Amino acid sequence: MNLILRPVAAEFSKIFSTRIWWILALVLFTYIALIAGGLSAFFGGLENGSISPDAVNSGGGADLSTLGNLPPLIYSFAASVGYVFPVLLGALATTGEFRHQTLTPTFLATPKRGRVLSAKIITMFVVGAGLGLVGLAASAGIGALVLNGFGIDPMFADGETWALIGRTVLAMALWAVIGVGLGVLVPSQVASIVIVLAFTQFVEPLLRFAAAFTQVTADIGKFLPGAASDALVGASFFTLASPGGAVLESWQGGLVLLGYGLIATAGGYFTSWKRDVT
Amino acid sequence: MPTGAVIEFKNITKRFGHTTAVNDLSFTVEPGRVTGFLGPNGAGKTTTLRMLLGLVAPTSGSATFGGVPYRDLPRPLDTVGAALEAASFHPGRTAAKHLGAYTLAAGLPRTRVAEVLRTVGLAEHADQRVGGYSLGMRQRLGLAYSLLGDPGVLVLDEPINGLDPEGIKWIRGFLSRMAAEGRTVLVSSHLLSEVQQSVDDVIIIAKGELVHSGPLSSLDTDIAPQVIVDSPNRDALVAALTNAGLAFTSGRTGLIVAVPDPGHVGHIAFTAGVELSVLHRQKAGLEDSFLALVEGGDSL
Repeated sequence: MNLILRPVAAEFSKIFSTRIWWILALVLFTYIALIAGGLSAFFGGLENGSISPDAVNSGGGADLSTLGNLPPLIYSFAASVGYVFPVLLGALATTGEFRHQTLTPTFLATPKRGRVLSAKIITMFVVGAGLGLVGLAASAGIGALVLNGFGIDPMFADGETWALIGRTVLAMALWAVIGVGLGVLVPSQVASIVIVLAFTQFVEPLLRFAAAFTQVTADIGKFLPGAASDALVGASFFTLASPGGAVLESWQGGLVLLGYGLIATAGGYFTSWKRDVT
Repeated sequence: MPTGAVIEFKNITKRFGHTTAVNDLSFTVEPGRVTGFLGPNGAGKTTTLRMLLGLVAPTSGSATFGGVPYRDLPRPLDTVGAALEAASFHPGRTAAKHLGAYTLAAGLPRTRVAEVLRTVGLAEHADQRVGGYSLGMRQRLGLAYSLLGDPGVLVLDEPINGLDPEGIKWIRGFLSRMAAEGRTVLVSSHLLSEVQQSVDDVIIIAKGELVHSGPLSSLDTDIAPQVIVDSPNRDALVAALTNAGLAFTSGRTGLIVAVPDPGHVGHIAFTAGVELSVLHRQKAGLEDSFLALVEGGDSL
């Protein structure tokens, strides 16, 4: 058991001995708090009449009748918007070893390289879950405070709300694993970060939007990682905005996410991790 | 006290594409002695050491510690301590945290971190980020890493590079102490003069191939002995040497004649009636022997 626990302990120590983890956690919290708090205030204002519906030129967008689902929707921002942060942290955890040539001391201390990579996956899964909690502190914490301020029930008595919170934590943990896989598949740190940002912020949203136009593409589009993640969490602004779009079952979404992470990691193990360290 | 293991290279070869970096290298490194692994830059020293440590896969052949390849050592850091040339640090991590991560990975007591930092003289800088370290401090930190498991074998790639004179003096004493305790100490360098005061044995490679191995004294051979000769009447001496058919060049302190025997030159001068002011044999130094062995190497 020590064979895997020791490298896991080393990986935790590596993550928490540089500054990037709390910088990302802080940005994640602030970003999600602004979005969740802002939208809670906006919809809360609509709901209790302090913002006149006429003031909102709702061009067939979010139907106010769906606002019964408002709290879960707000809470899901932790993953549906915040997932880029665990991916980044996971990718940095692997690309940093290449960039700073720390693979040398790492492989000298643990010459079985598969063990090191497994330790990274386990560690980042836990750290990703931690980022999930940070994101939820913003989306469900700040969001619920604001909703409550507008007299909307934050639905914390509802078991389904807590299930959604749990699935959000799981989604964020899986995203961090995908980050590890991406980082080992694309060891260049700059290239990895560009891919993460371009794909999550631009390419995938466009693909998901485009895929929703026909049934065939929608059936393929539901396997995109972001779509799978939203399916796992169970509620998201995105699925709401594209009604009729094919959606995976929650458990299927989780398996698809896990699949992306494991396939990327296994691919990277052979293309970069096992190579000569010069 | 940890005991050293014999390092054994057996017909080890590494090719990168069409380039052969290391070609069929075989030698052993004994415990209780400091062994210098020498060769010009680009001779294949670092590649050879990285193959020894399981970081680079050999094309063929093997490298072992007491018969066991690095990757199969049950407790690698307790057996072998290595410091390689590359600066392998995250600049944002402190020295103590850097070492701490690897004590966890190797299952070593956390107290070792402070101990090795004290040994290499970095105790005061333990909580400083490595990004602010000088080259000499990074070298010391690399050495501290190699000592974490108190290993019986030390493998150090260019450990003297970047050290200040005080550091050089310190590391020479340190290497000798390690060997005196019965450890195996393998130290690479591209300059013989850098290590000749501390090594007992030398392994010399050039262009990826072994050119010499043996005790340091085995280098102390006159491979190109010369005679220095001068006269108050140098023109007469030049004429005498030319008549005798000897090749010579003009040096700062006299004429340098390419013959081993000063008596021969003295006899020629005597016969020609030329008075001599200088006549002695010049021995090639260790460095000259080294350079002759690795002839054709660059960056020297």
